[in-house]
Amino acid sequence: MPQFEPVLLANVGKPESHTLKVYESTGGYTGLKKVLKQMAPVQAIEMVKSSNLRGRGGAGFPTGLKWSFLPKDHPGPIYMCINADESEPGTFNNRILMEDDPHQVIEGIIVGCYATKATTAYLYIRVEYPRSYKRLQMAIDECYAKGYLGKNILGADFSLDIFLHRGAAAYICGEETGLIESLEGKRAWPRIKPPFPAVEGVFRKPTVVNNIETMACVTQIARRGVDWFKSIGVPSDPNNPRDPGSYGPKLYCLSGHINQPGCYEAPLGITCRQLIEEYGGGVWKGRKGKAAIPGGISMGLLTEAEFDTPLDFAGPGKVGCLGLGTAAVVVMDETTSMIDFLHNSCRFFSHESCGQCTPCREGTHWSLSMLERIKAGKGRLRDLDLLLEIGDTIGIIPGTTICGLSDGAAWPIKNAIRKFRGEFEEYIKRTNPTGHLETKAVPALPILAGAH
Amino acid sequence: MSTATHTRILTDEMIAEIKAFFPRYPSRQAVTLPALHVVNEKLRCVPLQAVVEIGELLELPPAVVQDTLSFYGYFKQDAPHGETRAWVCRSISCALRGADEILDHMCKVARMHPGECSPNGKLTIEFAECLGACEMAPCMLTGEVLHKDLTKESAERFVKDLIGK
Ligand SMILES: Cc1cc2nc3c(=O)[nH]c(=O)nc-3n(C[C@H](O)[C@H](O)[C@H](O)COP(=O)(O)O)c2cc1C
Ligand code: SF4
Ligand code: FES
Repeated sequence: MPQFEPVLLANVGKPESHTLKVYESTGGYTGLKKVLKQMAPVQAIEMVKSSNLRGRGGAGFPTGLKWSFLPKDHPGPIYMCINADESEPGTFNNRILMEDDPHQVIEGIIVGCYATKATTAYLYIRVEYPRSYKRLQMAIDECYAKGYLGKNILGADFSLDIFLHRGAAAYICGEETGLIESLEGKRAWPRIKPPFPAVEGVFRKPTVVNNIETMACVTQIARRGVDWFKSIGVPSDPNNPRDPGSYGPKLYCLSGHINQPGCYEAPLGITCRQLIEEYGGGVWKGRKGKAAIPGGISMGLLTEAEFDTPLDFAGPGKVGCLGLGTAAVVVMDETTSMIDFLHNSCRFFSHESCGQCTPCREGTHWSLSMLERIKAGKGRLRDLDLLLEIGDTIGIIPGTTICGLSDGAAWPIKNAIRKFRGEFEEYIKRTNPTGHLETKAVPALPILAGAH
Repeated sequence: MSTATHTRILTDEMIAEIKAFFPRYPSRQAVTLPALHVVNEKLRCVPLQAVVEIGELLELPPAVVQDTLSFYGYFKQDAPHGETRAWVCRSISCALRGADEILDHMCKVARMHPGECSPNGKLTIEFAECLGACEMAPCMLTGEVLHKDLTKESAERFVKDLIGK
């Protein structure tokens, strides 16, 4: 099968691809010029709305619709926050865009700010990305020199500044209101919504938060048009008038037990198996697959039998996963212990919970404690039901917490235990032959501390 | 810890660097993280006295700055981290390729626990969550350098070079 001709990654890997010179020589900033010359801001929003572009940061919310929630005729300022906190385990496509094609991202930001009438954009970038930070700052400097940023951009009645803002190694800063709080100089405690950021965001002003890859898509929509974008991917379900479909190209990240890990561009809707076989060269060491994370660890697990699931916005949900998430696929081979997988996931979320909501703070902590105990050969069958009880009750879906981190913590628990229960039971019985039926409370084991 | 001394910690250079951020934001408080980064880059930690001085610059009570700092485990307070701060990723893509074993091995070779600094001040080893470089797993970040496809051997060499064994 012929591989898809990359668009978002077209420049990646070319010499000097991060420079304005190379970017302009491949059509860079023509989309921006078209928008500024031919469209009023409302028409630019309309363009993105009619493309059905959905956010690439994890939630898949339609971008044009989000922009249209901004109050009309607001005296300003309106802010744009670009989310480059990219910390979802398995995910690295934003890094590749920022390092190798920063101008493609910046062009989209400028178009987005023109459409939303934002006059300042803050690009919140995780501190773990020093190279992206440098490349973006270089690109921003080039843009000021060339008149793509600053006052009266390309002679239009539109001015914009972009500032980079570095995070400090906390996953929760990627949640949009955690990001806003962190940007304001506070602890990154997500806010209770409503009000949504479009009404009251950073510095209590209307704010749009969008992902890096989303902005790269905006660039390509401005350059190539809505029809081009909608010619790729999976159309809306004709029986569901509210389904926005899954249009456009997508950057899939592939890692774990795979022959060729990497970031691959494909139309939305390829299956997990196609990604593994046709792009990743198959499971490593000639082994068989056992499971895969479909879109960052928060999304849960596909079993090998579910590898034919299409990785579009609707696919993973149909087999019990949380969603497409960041489309970061992490492959696990047949030798992988699901106990180890779940331990790793629980450890991550316990470390990253911001601690505001009791169900999330305690639930992530106790699920890790139970997994530590199971791994140490002191597990009880009852622990599996306790874990499922936590999994079923923490999150914004059951309605017990402020943000979606806890849904992300819950899904791996629910999927791992429900899809691989036999393996968990067998492990517990084998490693704790005398105590696995114990139902009385048993003490927790200490957990490794001691880093940032 | 000598919190009683009131010799200034922030140099003129740091203050100028922090003030350069003011025009970017409509609030002084938003300069908190940039200011913490400025100090941390120079001192490899942010002592309490620096928090007080940042508070003065940003017109905030020191407790407000400290509240923010304490949320981000990134900023050390009591003692500087080593000249090299090694972040060994332990998240899923790296763990599937042996990251936990590599972190254990590095700590054993260095005779340190994660989070500690070597006696010669050259190396702090810490675990990190996903570094966004999963295609290069298992990996480690030291400042601006990303070490990819780590093995026990390459990690051991790295540690020994720094702690001088
Ligand atoms: C715990 C948590 C972490 C998140 N991390 C990120 C992130 O690192 N990058 C990102 O773009 N979105 C992240 N999101 C999603 C954002 O809240 C938000 O939906 C997104 O930035 C919106 O941009 P988009 O519409 O362009 O996707 C996270 C959400 C949650 C609940
Ligand atoms: S759900 Fe968890 S991470 Fe989100 S706000 Fe509550 S405690 Fe914090
Ligand atoms: S899991 Fe280690 S870099 Fe992503």
